[in-house]
Amino acid sequence: MTDRIAKPWGVRTPYGRDEEWPARVDQFLEDGVSEDDVDRWIQTASILHSNGDALDIAVKGDRIVGVRGRSMDRVNKGRLDPKDLFGWQANNSEDRLKRPFVRKDGELVEASWDEAFDLIVDRSKALLDEKGPLAFGFYTTGQLFLEEYYTLGVIGKAGLGTPHMDGNTRLCTATAAQALKETFGTDGQPGSYADIDHADAILHFGHNLAETQAVTWMRVLDRLAGPNPPKLVVVDPRPTPVAREATVHLPIKSGTNVALLNAFLHEILANGLYDKQYVEAHTVGFEELRQTVAECAPEWAAEICGVEARRIREAARILGESERLLSTALQGVYQSHQATAAACQINNIHLLRGMIGRPGCGVLQFNGQPTAQNTRETGANGDLPAFRNWDNKRHVQDLAELWNVDSMKIPHWAPPTHAMQIFRYAEQGSINFLWISCTNPAVSLPELHRIRSILEKEDLFVVVQDIFPTETAEYADVVLPAATWGEKTGTYTNTDRTVHLSEAAVEPPGEAKHDLDIFLEYAERMDFRDRDGRPLIKWVHPEEAFEAWKECSRGRPCDYTGITYEKLRGGSGIQWPCNEEHPEGTERLYADGDFNTRTEECETYGQDLLTGASNTQTEHRAMRPAGRAFLRAADYAPPHEEPDGEYPFRLNTGRTIYHFHTRTKTARVPQLQNAAPDAWVEIHPADAEALGVAEGAVVRVESPRGRMEAKARISGIRKGVVFAPFHYGYFDEPGAESPDGRPRAANELTITEWDPVSKQPLFKVAAAKITKIAEAGGVPAPAPTTTASAPATGGSVPETRGGEAADVLETVGGE
Amino acid sequence: MHLANYLGYLHKAELHLAEAFRKVGEGHAAEADVYHACNTLAQQCEAHAGKLGPFVERYGEGAPAEPDRLYHELFDETRSGGLGLLRDLQDLYLMANACDISWTMIGQAAQGVPDRELLEAVDSCEGQTATQIKWLKTRMKQAAPQALLVAS
Repeated sequence: MTDRIAKPWGVRTPYGRDEEWPARVDQFLEDGVSEDDVDRWIQTASILHSNGDALDIAVKGDRIVGVRGRSMDRVNKGRLDPKDLFGWQANNSEDRLKRPFVRKDGELVEASWDEAFDLIVDRSKALLDEKGPLAFGFYTTGQLFLEEYYTLGVIGKAGLGTPHMDGNTRLCTATAAQALKETFGTDGQPGSYADIDHADAILHFGHNLAETQAVTWMRVLDRLAGPNPPKLVVVDPRPTPVAREATVHLPIKSGTNVALLNAFLHEILANGLYDKQYVEAHTVGFEELRQTVAECAPEWAAEICGVEARRIREAARILGESERLLSTALQGVYQSHQATAAACQINNIHLLRGMIGRPGCGVLQFNGQPTAQNTRETGANGDLPAFRNWDNKRHVQDLAELWNVDSMKIPHWAPPTHAMQIFRYAEQGSINFLWISCTNPAVSLPELHRIRSILEKEDLFVVVQDIFPTETAEYADVVLPAATWGEKTGTYTNTDRTVHLSEAAVEPPGEAKHDLDIFLEYAERMDFRDRDGRPLIKWVHPEEAFEAWKECSRGRPCDYTGITYEKLRGGSGIQWPCNEEHPEGTERLYADGDFNTRTEECETYGQDLLTGASNTQTEHRAMRPAGRAFLRAADYAPPHEEPDGEYPFRLNTGRTIYHFHTRTKTARVPQLQNAAPDAWVEIHPADAEALGVAEGAVVRVESPRGRMEAKARISGIRKGVVFAPFHYGYFDEPGAESPDGRPRAANELTITEWDPVSKQPLFKVAAAKITKIAEAGGVPAPAPTTTASAPATGGSVPETRGGEAADVLETVGGE
Repeated sequence: MHLANYLGYLHKAELHLAEAFRKVGEGHAAEADVYHACNTLAQQCEAHAGKLGPFVERYGEGAPAEPDRLYHELFDETRSGGLGLLRDLQDLYLMANACDISWTMIGQAAQGVPDRELLEAVDSCEGQTATQIKWLKTRMKQAAPQALLVAS
């Protein structure tokens, strides 16, 4: 047994380069339940991060009692993240929403489904008459299922006809998607997790893989423990578990990613370490890139990034001399300044080196949420489904024919409205209906006082569809209780394009409904019709929705036509594209160096990386990409909000392994909650000394927008940086956000600003000041010691332990 | 030689455009993207004017025969609201186009002189002006339906 709170990554199963990653099956069953007691095992995949780990749910009677990893799956080979091992317990929580609520005389009161739907539909119809579809906004998630997103997308685009649809994926993977589109023509991850098995160097850029995708980090750890381990280059201002394993760790100033990346590119070019033949045959834009980085020597970048030039040179040499390079990126890139520009430079490293589409040579622009890929694919984030281009009339016509509606119905006159703009329209009163499904913007969006003031506006009708009474639900006019993972059936796709089936194991509690049924009932009551007067939505069950989606994806880069529910049952997940040509799926994209950049097929005609200005079809055609990838160049530009005399610290927000998102589930799981029970902030020992702050002292962190208070963890973070986890809101600390309460949400501080290209908000670049408000009182910060938040000097802080309650059976070699 | 007049004209037009970008950015600061983009583009315009400076001197800046009426006619104070944003961006669009066509003409003249340095200055700036126009168009296309159809 392994205490998987104390040892989140479990025991090592070392392996060497080009060997197969050994299986290790992780299993956790509720206290008092043995394998013999389990009535049935139901197949699913993880729902608390983007890794896509396959697992089975143990059911006893009508309850979920545990989980076990699936050893035959390509993604995890039996291993599970601590959140998956314990997180299922939230399904059984007494706090689940079991009935709809409607607002009466200012109070949310229990209601029937009929009452709730009547209110929603009456309001919708009145608003449609009065103002039309542009008054409607939908804000969804990266945590529903493909079938639900696709249905929601069709309702929004072909039923109502509103361009105002987005997901919280805007906060998590919008930049990944955009960078892939800008470089390769369409969304879609070139690489595969299996590239870890073959790589001799790995770049983790702004990516705390150990805490965000724990199982894939186990794969890296197992390579590091075996023969011929890869060299690791890690860019992160925090001493993450990944940074601690690095060959070269570059703890750069937040907001300077492009400067560092341009220096990497400069070194690769200056030392002739690029693949000239590949560049000539398969890319466009080399000359501009060469000119852009010509002056970006390591000494120049060192000054900007605040790290030593020789360390930059050393890192660049590893990237430039490796034979098989894998790069991964996440929020340190996507939620930072110049997000898309930086992510594109990571793609550029691989294009220059001709390292795409071969074993060990891959780019993984990671996702943050379990089903974010599907939000992007199906168009629930506003994009047109199956990576179609909103600016390509042929693509729009395809959809109009598929859905049997007039193409004028489908909004395609401008880029889809991104989340921050949807909230801005609501703030200005031109959006009056906002349907929020499965996400919690009252904690997760930037500058929370502003978001709260928008949600509470009189002229905004807010529908919240969720499984718990969230902070956002407090502002709803109607609250719809939904089923969750384990209670409904559908599919979802992870970062490396692996599609998994997740089957219902138990019934949802009370009157909670499947999300698909909620959307379908709305469509039916709104009486959305196609051009022949037949119902617009022609499916009822998840599998029918999946079949409809397959038709939508036919012939597109994310072709699902070769996948069926039956094919997904029993074995491993399958990577798209999966079709007649590739019946078993596709491990890597672009093996032949032929990219989706042709004007007729691409998902975007490209945007200017500095401003987001969109190219026209004519401009795109003039670049003659013809299947070559774009080397997109970008000059470094300083962040807009830099530390100054009043706000001398750089604020960085992020996550811990033990929680997911705004803790709606993980706070209700004892093992996870006890490991990280309350908010904290991390500061460097020298900063702590200057502030007179000892471990555990309570500090107030203020930005020009708000303040939060929490205990301080003195950690090995970069000097001058203050880190706060974004998970903590107010549902389990009522009244905390009131003036006499204790504000603890990191997003009280963050700035209303977004990347001009991906429109992803900036959560990692802002200025802040710190004031001590109380002594520690002998109690350290409630931050885990096992992770990036480890204390700088151990000893006085008790180590994070799960004890017997967190004992997990790990069976090396399989079942 | 009228090149001097045109250089002087563009020099002023770029500075006026910079000022207008800043005003629109400040006036619509609640549109976070507009605020930041306008400030970035204002800096570009100022840099353009800076690059023109030596050539204005080289060719002897005679005062332009006419004052730069474009700026005063099109733009004075920012407007408010969704429609106001659209109108302000439209003004910027026209002003940027005036710069754009001026770069083209000065580029033509630079080839005629020939003045390689001036041509290089034109090359390095006119692409940015074109992108400014493209950004304005992109942002207006995004804002137009909401502003024209449902904004209060």
